[in-house]
Amino acid sequence: MVESSEVRVVRCGGSRINVAAPVISVDSRFLLCASGDLVKVFSTSTEEWVHVLQGHTNVVTGITLNPANQLQVYSSSADGTVRLWDFTDGILIKVQNAFQNAYPGLFTHHCPHFPPECLQLVAAHVPKTLEQEVEVRELSSVLPNISPNPRAVGFGREVRGWICLDTSCTFHLLFKLIYKSTKKGAKNTFTCVSCHPKDDCVATGHEDGKIRLWRNFNQKKEYTYTTLHWHHSVVNTLCFTPEGTTLLSGGIESVLVQWQYDRNSKYILPRLGGSITHISVSADGSLFTTSHSDNKITVIQSNLKVSAVIQGLVKGEAVHTDLVIDPRSKALVLNGKPGHLQFYSLQRDKQLYNLDIVQQEYIYQEGLDQYEVVKAAFDAHGSCLATVEERGKKLSDTEITLKFWDYNETAQSFVLNTTVMTPHDNRITSMCFFPTAETTMVVTTARDGCFKAWLLGQESDTEKQGTDGPSWSCDFVGRYHDLQPTNCCFSADGSLLAVSFQEVITIWNPETWELLTTLCQPPGNIKDLCFGRLSCSRYLLATTTKNMLCCWNLLTCSLEWSTSIAVTLLKADPLSENMAVFTLQKEQTDLFVFKPCEPRPLFTQNALCVGEVQRAIFVPREEPLDNCDESSLWLNRSQLYCLTENMVRFTARKHAVIDDSVAVTPFYLLLGKHRQREQEMCGLPVTEQQGRAQLPQGSVAVRELLHTAAHVLPPASFLCNMFVKSLLISQTGSEKEEEESEEEMDSCDAQQDRRVQGLGVETVPLISKAQERELKKVRRTDYSWLSCLSDS
Amino acid sequence: MGEFTVHRVRFFHYMPSGICAMAFNRRTERLAVARTDGSVELYSRTDHFFQEKVVPGRQQRSIQALCWVGKRLFGAGLSGEIAEFDLDNLRLKFSQDAYGGPIWSIVCNPQGTHLAAGCEDGTVKLFEILEDQIRFERNMGGQKGRIISLAWHSSGTKIAAGMIDMIKVFDLDSGELRSRGSRMQQSQECVVWSVLFLSDIIVSGDSAGKVKMWDVNTGTLIKNHQVTEWDVLTLSVSQDETSLFAGTSEGTVVQFQLLDVVLGQEEKEWVRTRTFKNHTHDVIALAEADTVIISGGMDTQLVVRPLLDKLDFKSRDSSLLKILFPQRSLVSCAKKAGLLLFQYPTHLELWRLGDTEGHGPPGCILPVSRNPEKLLHLKIKGEDHVCCSAVAPCGEWIAYSTTSGIRLYRLQRDNKNVSITKVPKLPKVLRHAHQLCFSPDSSHLYGTTSSAVHVVALTSAGCKFEHSLKPNSCVEPFGNESQEISDGKFLASANSNSEIHIYNMHKLKAHCTVPVYRSGVSAMGIHPETNNLVIVHADHQIFEFSIEQMQYTDWSRRVQKEGLHHVWLERDTPVINVTFNPQNPNHVILHDSYMFCIIDQSLPLPDRKSQFHNQLTLKSLPEAERLKHSHAFKECKLYQPLLCVDMLENQSLVVVERPLLDITTNLPAPVRQKKFAT
Repeated sequence: MVESSEVRVVRCGGSRINVAAPVISVDSRFLLCASGDLVKVFSTSTEEWVHVLQGHTNVVTGITLNPANQLQVYSSSADGTVRLWDFTDGILIKVQNAFQNAYPGLFTHHCPHFPPECLQLVAAHVPKTLEQEVEVRELSSVLPNISPNPRAVGFGREVRGWICLDTSCTFHLLFKLIYKSTKKGAKNTFTCVSCHPKDDCVATGHEDGKIRLWRNFNQKKEYTYTTLHWHHSVVNTLCFTPEGTTLLSGGIESVLVQWQYDRNSKYILPRLGGSITHISVSADGSLFTTSHSDNKITVIQSNLKVSAVIQGLVKGEAVHTDLVIDPRSKALVLNGKPGHLQFYSLQRDKQLYNLDIVQQEYIYQEGLDQYEVVKAAFDAHGSCLATVEERGKKLSDTEITLKFWDYNETAQSFVLNTTVMTPHDNRITSMCFFPTAETTMVVTTARDGCFKAWLLGQESDTEKQGTDGPSWSCDFVGRYHDLQPTNCCFSADGSLLAVSFQEVITIWNPETWELLTTLCQPPGNIKDLCFGRLSCSRYLLATTTKNMLCCWNLLTCSLEWSTSIAVTLLKADPLSENMAVFTLQKEQTDLFVFKPCEPRPLFTQNALCVGEVQRAIFVPREEPLDNCDESSLWLNRSQLYCLTENMVRFTARKHAVIDDSVAVTPFYLLLGKHRQREQEMCGLPVTEQQGRAQLPQGSVAVRELLHTAAHVLPPASFLCNMFVKSLLISQTGSEKEEEESEEEMDSCDAQQDRRVQGLGVETVPLISKAQERELKKVRRTDYSWLSCLSDS
Repeated sequence: MGEFTVHRVRFFHYMPSGICAMAFNRRTERLAVARTDGSVELYSRTDHFFQEKVVPGRQQRSIQALCWVGKRLFGAGLSGEIAEFDLDNLRLKFSQDAYGGPIWSIVCNPQGTHLAAGCEDGTVKLFEILEDQIRFERNMGGQKGRIISLAWHSSGTKIAAGMIDMIKVFDLDSGELRSRGSRMQQSQECVVWSVLFLSDIIVSGDSAGKVKMWDVNTGTLIKNHQVTEWDVLTLSVSQDETSLFAGTSEGTVVQFQLLDVVLGQEEKEWVRTRTFKNHTHDVIALAEADTVIISGGMDTQLVVRPLLDKLDFKSRDSSLLKILFPQRSLVSCAKKAGLLLFQYPTHLELWRLGDTEGHGPPGCILPVSRNPEKLLHLKIKGEDHVCCSAVAPCGEWIAYSTTSGIRLYRLQRDNKNVSITKVPKLPKVLRHAHQLCFSPDSSHLYGTTSSAVHVVALTSAGCKFEHSLKPNSCVEPFGNESQEISDGKFLASANSNSEIHIYNMHKLKAHCTVPVYRSGVSAMGIHPETNNLVIVHADHQIFEFSIEQMQYTDWSRRVQKEGLHHVWLERDTPVINVTFNPQNPNHVILHDSYMFCIIDQSLPLPDRKSQFHNQLTLKSLPEAERLKHSHAFKECKLYQPLLCVDMLENQSLVVVERPLLDITTNLPAPVRQKKFAT
């Protein structure tokens, strides 16, 4: 295919900003933090991002200011390069292929820097020369078995010593001071270390919440240390201020503690959110930043006042609620902080706001059962929200609450309407809203064997009682043979409700609550269920645990086709007939996009990413694109976002998105690329948002040209030439163009994170002829079995 | 190990009293500890803090300060008198009124020639120390305000005095006030509980919870450490003045160290380093002994905390030591009559043990057919406290001694009535005894003084002095500490120099002496059948000495050759008592505060590698193999803390327990502290 390269995966955000300690620029105006493959430059006063330093092809592991020029920053990455940036302008200055697998590259002034390869501490002696680039030859191993945590290495005053904690809980100092924390029963394992900038004093944090200040290292018989104890559990990070007058510590309690160095007094700043993972201090000591486990960076002034909060996408232990799109704000909704729903803007990679669902004070304590938001669903207009929260690991003490929320126009937020305590006796497995606006109905299925329909009460009923609005109540309880329901789904027009009970799918009429028919395709329980849309609304698709993807025709009540693939996720586009299927094969996820009525997939993408795609969603575009290309046609009305967990690098998840916004037409492709490249050359930041805002209304490519500001356009001669070329349709020409675009995209590597070569549609037909034959056979046998069932 | 009927006694309400002053003598390595009941205890540092001597207390005597001058120990208290203790005869040598009201503090100058006492009337009184007394020399100061604490500069020319809200420095040559500290606290009164005079600074601990460093010459504050929200009660400094300790009302001991700010450079600074929390109540007294810090306070325990923690191997010197219980027996047991005599400071209690007729499997609780009964509550005449007491094995005689006299009572028991008559006309020589004991047939009473053992014959009519036994080679008198007697024939007596003299009571003359071992004798006993003397020393070495053959027995030689197990040698409380099992002559029963142990002399000794506490593993083994793995030592930790373990004649074991919880509930409430999450 000609434009096969135009559909690609873009990592669009949501990456963790709390992986490495952020760096504050010398003038305290900018805050730099590693975020996935990028280095983001934030303003410390306005909380907005100013620049993005793009270029690394793998996760950035550490950043530090260039000691020679404080306006430059070094960043190290897992791709093995160290890059030098000018962060005020966002320009890449230099790339050094430093070390294979440079772990957290820490750099200091004329001092050994540490790439603890295989977690070994190595000292590199940098000769003092005037040249910029110095080849380091002398590498001496200092210590094996270093803890992988970057906080476990600290630098002493001048180059007298560095301190590190190794995996066997021993504390090493330059002159071989070894302290073994092997007291029986005591939880005094070291967790972090920091050195006083002027005195010979080392602070260590411990697992039992104590901080010890070590002095007098060369004593033979005694340890000389002071114990500071406020934290009740692990001290995560420690940091001395540049003057050495105070010591900052943070732990799991989300409290920043400021210790006076020479006095035994302390000040605390409580309630900062998630537990503190990093603390860094600006060069003049006027600003502190704390990174939190809920993907947040807080900027704090030295008088312990919070001045700014930079919040990324909060990712808890798991995304219990599926990815949901708020129809009103078009924001992605998922559970974030404990007990909250977060509304996250995909375009701006920024959290919009948090909705407190549980409405209880969150207290961190180990082993305490907390309420978790496990399900969330919006109705068609986004005026109603239903949430499910639950607590308790064991069945006997499970507490489930179903809550219904109304959107309040004046408050611009969701307001609680109805709370249903214990809506089901066991865990709720799925929940869906009635798809059209006429009736507001929610169906929940749970493991207690029944599904319930919930209806918003009539206005008249409630007016009599004098309450302030209609409330929700249970309308119908349905069961099927004592089987556990797993999924429920409404057809697009709301005329049918499909509920899957283990192996059986039951079709109900939601108005009369009459069981219409049952469908079954053993073996395997139903894992995912969804109706076709628009022209394919007569189809019902389901995946089973035995790796089958089945499609029933609801008019004939018979199996239309089925195929055997290991489906992990099945998602329907709400605006088109398209379905997306993710499969996991050999640790890699493949994507198929197809229409239920057509045997061949519209689009296939092998090796979409490494590891499993956890969640995915079609997000409707604000303006539909006009794209005639066959393979990317399915992306015209919506984009597909997916959430992955990349186990290879960190246990962080990354957002990958199939995004074609830059590659609508060949013309646009060229135009867009060139413009971006140019802007990059000018040093202007390019954001996705700008590109999208300039999309033409009438979707005519020429209009796009006219709408673009003249000063950012390439020369007219250049444009003309390309425009004409792009209109030519010839086999050879297109191939050449492909190469050309390939090259261009290579050059624009900075813009893209990862590009995957698309494959031709012809290469992988979804169902071969033999399979079709088999399918027919299966259908025949299935029929008899079905009739058998109906007889019984 | 054998089966016994155990009398588990919990009605001895022993209550230790709080520690109020301490002094450590670096030259003799002795620690003197004064308690609130007026008693003074002496511990030997070289002998793992073995309690060597106890000077019994006296009513209304409160000791606020102790001070060593050479080998002499002085004490002073709120009675306003300065007293010297006679450490040989374990009583006061003399006392002299200072005429300045209650004395809060005494110190002696580094040269050991003068004593200074801080008095209620605001004067520092200087006394010259003479051979047998002290002589008043002069007064310093004289303004109103009590002097709480004193410290002498190492040059001997300056004294710092801590008062309420100020510190005064006196120059001894001119007798003038040199400088004074500024007002310590703006809002409320601040008591300087303790001062230290280092070579260049004065350190004070006050009731505002601060440790302050002052400049000597200008009287200005150099550094201020807020240690606690409550009081800093006591301070102590190491001899080289690099380490300083402060004891607080919270029960913590805080260490300060003089450290280089940057390694290898001149600049030094006092930095607060470690905090020890071993007390529940106020730490009132601290003493620094080279590598350990000793603290004592209201919770009555003496805590010895080693400071060197960088040691690779574990030993008795590197582990924390807590001394809570007396290291001598306060209970005497009438073996024939089944009576227990409990010794309290101001009274004695006589109890009859309960009885049972039930039988049951090992470990079960037998039903009591007769409850234990308190027969007698004997109040002490006079102000002195009891120093020793004894009950005769037949239960007819009770004797006790104070520092001023000995009293002997005859007890008559009818069916229900108990009557007591005082035996008159005790011999004049027996005015004061360190130990009292009766012969096994209750016919004689033996009392030891510092120089001799006196024998008194007891008859129903009265008592008659028989003889005074003196050791053969007695060079100078020493306080006799413990004595033990066997079937009337031999009597062994040990003194605090760990010399043991054995007397033949039939011939009424000295029989022999046992070779002197370096550690103090903590307990000994003579076997009733074999006449072997079993001696346990403070370092847990065990010797067996055959009196008849006048040499160590084979078993004792084997113990010395093979060595005792390290678990046994690492025990931190000394053995209090040695008794024997009359049924099995091979069994020796020892006990300390936390266990009792039966040594079976017929079994092999444990070697270094074998498991010491092996009762549980033995139980799991089959009968045949059990003998192969068993060794001589069998410990029982079922009952603790123990004050006494003794065998009665009817084969039952008496175990006197004093649960720790009972002691802690009787203590005054500690200072209130905000605890996290309360």
